[in-house]
Amino acid sequence: MGRYFHSEVDIKSPWHQVLAAFWQRYPNPYSTHVLTEDVLYREVTSSNHLLSRRLLTKTNRLPGWAERVFPMHMARAVYVLEDSIVDPQAHTLITKTWNLNHNTLMTVVERCLFEENHGRPSWTKLRREAWISTAVYGLGRPIQLVTRESHQRSRSPSHHKPRRPPTRNPNSLSEPQ
Amino acid sequence: MIRAGDTNVGSRDCFYSMNSVGEACTELKREYDTCFNRWFAEKFLKGDRSGDPCTESFRKYQRCVQAAIKEKEIPIDGVDFMGPNKDKPES
Repeated sequence: MGRYFHSEVDIKSPWHQVLAAFWQRYPNPYSTHVLTEDVLYREVTSSNHLLSRRLLTKTNRLPGWAERVFPMHMARAVYVLEDSIVDPQAHTLITKTWNLNHNTLMTVVERCLFEENHGRPSWTKLRREAWISTAVYGLGRPIQLVTRESHQRSRSPSHHKPRRPPTRNPNSLSEPQ
Repeated sequence: MIRAGDTNVGSRDCFYSMNSVGEACTELKREYDTCFNRWFAEKFLKGDRSGDPCTESFRKYQRCVQAAIKEKEIPIDGVDFMGPNKDKPES
């Protein structure tokens, strides 16, 4: 059984800044569960698109009742692949993220589209979609409720605030993030 | 603490950075990331197509991390680009 979620938000930063920050998104205070990050593949295509693949390992966070039901899943980290395509002409970034293991418990596929807000070019539109599926009979609904809440919680901070290095100019108008 | 404007940063521009899945590869990863982030912001996004200056540091980093992935048996082989519900890159 599966569930589909989607959302659209405006990031109040210009596209080129969101993109530069995208590669430096980890670590951040909201990502303490992300343990490692590696680039496995990069290519600039003949049409000048940048293709990338990143491998992330994350701690396997489950609510208490799930830990008791699925103790075998607690020991191992979650391996997540993130593939992406940057189009610097169209000002778009498409990402696809999914878990490589723990699929017997659940598979989560997330697709994000970052694009310049054409009505307001100093902003960036982010459209997120998620497909969550589990084959575990009888546990589909509670798993997906928990996952949806987690997905909604994760919508806000690390996507909305590209980190900039702190500035030491006391007269600067920008705050460190 | 490293601040913007520091000139003695050395090879690590970034105060906060992630570890590699291969513990021995973290330094190589950071060198590559530094090169890439500079090229990406200053060249690629500005339409400069003069090519990627990071191929050598990427090669060294990959030799290390691919070995770590094999050792840890992380299942990355044969996974199609953009995986499930394919988004096809234009070639």
